[in-house]
Amino acid sequence: MTDDLQVFWATYNTLVYTVGVHAMLALSIYLTLSCGLLSLGNAAFMGIGAYTAALATLRLGLPFGEALALGGLLPGLVALVIGIPTLRLSGVYLAMATLGFGEVVRVVFLNLEITGGSMGLNGIPMKTQLWHIVAILVVLVYGFVRLRRSKIGRAFEAIKEDETAAKAMGINTTSYKLLAFVLGAIIAGVAGGLNAHFTFFVSPREYGFDPAVDILTGAIFGGTGSFVGPMVGSAILAILPELLRFLKAFRLAVNGLILILVVIYLPNGIWDRKLFARLRRKGSA
Amino acid sequence: MLRINGLTKQFGGLRVLDEVSFQVPEGIIYGLIGPNGAGKTTLFNLITGILKSNTGTVHLGDELLTGLPPHRVTQAGIGRTFQNIRIFREMTLLENVMVGMHDHLRYGLAGTLLALPSHRREEKRGRERARELLSWLSLDTKATIEAGSLSYGEQRKLELARALATEPKVLLIDEPAAGMNPAETEELMGEITCISRRGYTILLIEHDMRLVMGLCQRIAVLNFGVLIAEGAPAEIRCNPEVVEAYLGKDV
Ligand SMILES: Nc1ncnc2c1ncn2[C@@H]1O[C@H](COP(=O)(O)OP(=O)(O)O)[C@@H](O)[C@H]1O
Ligand SMILES: [Mg+2]
Repeated sequence: MTDDLQVFWATYNTLVYTVGVHAMLALSIYLTLSCGLLSLGNAAFMGIGAYTAALATLRLGLPFGEALALGGLLPGLVALVIGIPTLRLSGVYLAMATLGFGEVVRVVFLNLEITGGSMGLNGIPMKTQLWHIVAILVVLVYGFVRLRRSKIGRAFEAIKEDETAAKAMGINTTSYKLLAFVLGAIIAGVAGGLNAHFTFFVSPREYGFDPAVDILTGAIFGGTGSFVGPMVGSAILAILPELLRFLKAFRLAVNGLILILVVIYLPNGIWDRKLFARLRRKGSA
Repeated sequence: MLRINGLTKQFGGLRVLDEVSFQVPEGIIYGLIGPNGAGKTTLFNLITGILKSNTGTVHLGDELLTGLPPHRVTQAGIGRTFQNIRIFREMTLLENVMVGMHDHLRYGLAGTLLALPSHRREEKRGRERARELLSWLSLDTKATIEAGSLSYGEQRKLELARALATEPKVLLIDEPAAGMNPAETEELMGEITCISRRGYTILLIEHDMRLVMGLCQRIAVLNFGVLIAEGAPAEIRCNPEVVEAYLGKDV
């Protein structure tokens, strides 16, 4: 039994870590989505966090906790600075602006000496333990549950449903959008720091356009009605390619097909409470 | 209480409001009437800061509201409802009203995340107050259902409860009876009277003349952005200009 477990762990530990980090990114994008903001800067914030934490370890020799804290802090500050002008934009314009920001960040990583150019940073010590990821996720989920039943969570939802009405309720919508954006960046940054310390290296490619789209895809796949949906969605998207390994060359095609089917037949994602409630009623009737 | 002084608003070349001035005294229900497109809703949008006026000022007591962003106007004591209903459809009635209390719940992010006593105490107080406000509009039995499933008339009442939750000194109500049947309108009149008796000052836009004449102590009449009459209902009813603006209508 324990042998089986060890074999499983040896084969799949990276996958388990990845699922955990993706769950954090899912929470990060959910935070902005729950406030009606389509921000695609999460991958870039994750990158800033990954490089910052890795450099804190490699260059400054800081303990892991402090490296992670810096990995959250710097993306938070960057979000504060770029959020003030960009959060005026809405819908697809904000999506484009944040994607553009992501490109700028990638090019900066590519050209700075301290970030190691296109080679990135190598030899980052393995410091991330499973319990780090689990503990941070537990704290985050607790925070999200608390937030939902508070005036802050209600303000986010009000802004998402009708920004003009939210303002008429005395809500400073600009500050709350900035809050969601900055907190989302901090979470993504910490996820990046954790990621860097179990993949041993960071490179500009990992934090560009593709991961930005992947994070959004996971959230939509899972459903953005609650914070659970994006976590479930991102986990499935991380695991699915492994499950489909037997399909070999067709793997990616089937992966894409499943995505398309979900979007068509489950427009609210696979974690849809209203759908669950309907099914339960049908089952008991 | 609410002083509107020389408000002018132009959309491109179109002058929608032209030097409109009047005052709403404290404690009364003040009617704002006029044909469709007269500029009544635009006036509400100027008062609440959703639109910026070209010239003119709005004061609430001694405080200048002109130039403030909408949330600050609300915090200063102006509550409003919208002509084209803007409730939060996916929230429960209780949550809708508690959004209105936003600025009056005394706790912050730390209180929420750390589950401090302030959070629990204030949420409890807020919920009780929200239920009370819902009961003023006979909606308390539906407190925990989703707002989107309410009837049209109930949604309008929910907007009223939500606006009251902002603790307004002056309540702006935009066509509350639109789309209501006579029985619902009758009930609404009673509820608005009750709200007024509780000490709220009300500025009411309404098309239903019976409702306006029955409720309001003073009335202002807008026609094509110009204030053509202002006074007690009896004076308004026999003002020739008003009769002409409402040609054929039984004023
Ligand atoms: N945002 C806007 N842009 C351009 N014209 C507008 C806008 N809002 C209102 N109007 C115009 O202003 C006039 C007054 O509208 P409104 O204030 O809604 O009238 P009322 O509420 O008295 O029926 C109308 O002619 C309307 O078409
Ligand atoms: Mg109108």
